[in-house]
Amino acid sequence: MAYERQTQVRNKEGLHFRPIMRVVDAATKFASAISVLTDDRQAEARSPMELLMLVATHGTKLTVRADGTDEREAVDALVELIESGFGETL
Amino acid sequence: MNAKKGISASPGVAIGPAFVLDTEQYRIPRRSIDPAGVPQQIRLLDAALAAAREEVGDIRLATARKHGAKMAEIFAFHEGFIADPGLRKAVASSIEANSYTAEFAFAQEMNKRQRVFLDTTDAYLKERVRDLRDIEERVLRQMLGRAREDITRLTQPVVIVAHDILPSKALELEPEHILGFAIDVGGSTSHMAIIARMLEKPTVVALNDVTTMVVGGETLIVDGSSGIVISEPDEDTVNRYRSTQQRAMELGAEGIGLFRSEFLFLANERLPTEEQQYESFRAAVRHARGKPVTIRTIDLGADKMSDYLGAVQEHNPVLGLRSMRYCLHHLDMFKTHLRAILRASAHGDVRIMFPMITTVMEMRQARSTLQDVMEDLEEDGLSFRRDVPVGMMVETPAAAMLASSFVGDTAFYSIGTNDLTQYTLAVDRANERVAYLYAPHNPAVLRLLREVMRAGRRGSVPVTICGEMAGQPLYTELLLGLGIRTLSMAPQDIPQIKRAVRSTSISRCERVARTILRFEEERQVMNFLHDRLRSTDPEAL
Repeated sequence: MAYERQTQVRNKEGLHFRPIMRVVDAATKFASAISVLTDDRQAEARSPMELLMLVATHGTKLTVRADGTDEREAVDALVELIESGFGETL
Repeated sequence: MNAKKGISASPGVAIGPAFVLDTEQYRIPRRSIDPAGVPQQIRLLDAALAAAREEVGDIRLATARKHGAKMAEIFAFHEGFIADPGLRKAVASSIEANSYTAEFAFAQEMNKRQRVFLDTTDAYLKERVRDLRDIEERVLRQMLGRAREDITRLTQPVVIVAHDILPSKALELEPEHILGFAIDVGGSTSHMAIIARMLEKPTVVALNDVTTMVVGGETLIVDGSSGIVISEPDEDTVNRYRSTQQRAMELGAEGIGLFRSEFLFLANERLPTEEQQYESFRAAVRHARGKPVTIRTIDLGADKMSDYLGAVQEHNPVLGLRSMRYCLHHLDMFKTHLRAILRASAHGDVRIMFPMITTVMEMRQARSTLQDVMEDLEEDGLSFRRDVPVGMMVETPAAAMLASSFVGDTAFYSIGTNDLTQYTLAVDRANERVAYLYAPHNPAVLRLLREVMRAGRRGSVPVTICGEMAGQPLYTELLLGLGIRTLSMAPQDIPQIKRAVRSTSISRCERVARTILRFEEERQVMNFLHDRLRSTDPEAL
C-alpha cells in the first residue's frame, strides 16, 4: 500500500540545484521507494537528474508518493521540506 | 617521431609529458564489445563513476576552502548527479542489452539527458547542459584512462596541448607546473601568445590539429623559437633539445647576437615604461657576464603596435610602416626605448642595432635621435656608454646593394637573412603556396651577401649574420667561405654549428663559396651543399 500527498513548489527559483540536493538528502534517510510526480513526469526522489528534469518551477503542483515500511514518515518529511520553500525566497 | 609546424608565439624550448586538454567532446574509440565482456564493462562503469565522484568531492572541498561553501554547492550537485542510482541503472542496462562499451553507453545516455534540457524553455535548465557536459567529460576521462587531466590540479610540470585556452584559464595555471603550450588555433599576436610570452613559456600556436596528434602523457618537444612541435621524439632529438634548455652561455655562446626587444612590447597590454624596458635589458646584460649583447631596437609593424597606438590597417604590412620606419614616425616612444637601452649600456658590453634600414637617410635619422637621447641622459645625470657601437641590419636588397654607402654611419652590418631572402625573392615564406620559392641560398641572395662582405672588407666594418641560415650546418661552410666570422643563432643550434666549424678549414670553405657563387640556379646550390654535408657530417642531414 503506497501513501501519497499533494504539494506545490513554493520557492521562487523552483527546484534548482540546492533544493534538489536537500530532497535527495532527505529521501536517502528512508527505506521506502519514494517518487516525486508532476502532471506528466515522474522522478525517483534520490535521483538529482530526474528531479531536475521535472522542470518544477515556482507553483508547479507535485505529488510525493512512497511505498515501504516508512512511507508515511517519508512523504510527510518531503512535503514539509518542499512547503517550507527550502528556506529560500518564496 | 612526428613533427608539426605552427607559428612561433613565445621563444624557447620545452620538453615534457603532454597534457591534452579537450574542449570538445571526447571521441569514443569503440562502440560495442563481445557479450562476454559485459561484466567487465559494468565494472569499468562503476569504477569510473566512483573515481569521478571522488574527484568532484575533492574539488568541492578545495573550492569551499578557497572560495567558501556557496561556491562549492555546484560541485555537491555534480557529486549527486554522478551518484544518481538512475544514471548507473540506465547505463548498465544499455551495456547489457546492446553489448556496448561502458564509455559509449555512458556518452549516449548523457546525450539523451542533455537533449531533454536543451528542449526545455526554461533558461536555468538550458544552462544545466554545461554541467552535464562537465560531468560527462569527467567520467569519460576516467573510463578512457586520462585521469587527473584537470588543468588546475597539475602536480608535475607538463606541456599543455589544447585546441584553444581562454586567457583567464591560462592565468589560473600554476606557472611552475607549465613547461610550454602547443595550441591548435591562434596567431603570433593572439592573446594566448601574449600571455605565453608574459609567463615566459615556449609556445607554438596555429598547429591546426595538434590535439589529435598527441596522446596525453607522451613526451613532447615544443620549440617555440622555430615554431615546431615534435611528438614522441627519438633520443637524439631529445638530447639535442635538452642541451638548449641550458643557458646559451653554457653552450659556448660568445654573447647575445640578437636581443629581440619587441617581445617586451608584445607581452604588455600597454606600452612598457622606460623602467620596465631598462630592467629587462639590464637583466640580459647581467646574464651575458661581460660578453657583448646586441639589442635590436623595436622591430614591429604598425599592425602589431596598434593596440596602444591606434589601429592602422595596412594593405601590405610587410612593405608598410614597420620597424625603423615606425619608430621614426613615433619619436617619443622610440626615444624612451633608446633611453632604456642606453642606460643598460652602463652595465656591460651593449651594442645597438637598427633593423629594417633601407636608405642612408634613415640610418642617419636614427643615429641623430640616439644622439638627442644621449644629450638628454647627460642632462639628467644618468650614466651610459657614450661610445656604444651602433650598427644596422642589412635585410632589404637596397641596403645590401648599397652597403658601402653606409660605411661612415654604421659600426657593423648584421645580415638578417630571413627578411633579406623574403624581400629579394618577393616570397612570404608563411604562405604555403609560394613557400617553395623561399631559399636563402638562392644565387640572388648570395650575391647580395657577397656585396655586403665586400663593403665590410673595404670599409673595415665587421659583418655578422643573424637569421635561421646561421643556425643550419648546411650553410656553415658557405658562410665562412664568404668571409663571415660571427654567426648569431638560437641556443639549441650552437653545438651543431660548432661541430660544423671545427670539422672544416677556412681554405676549404673558401673553395666551397667560390664554387657556389658561380652557380646561377638555386637547385645547383642546394645539390652542391647537400653533397658537401653528406661527405663532412652525414648526421646533420
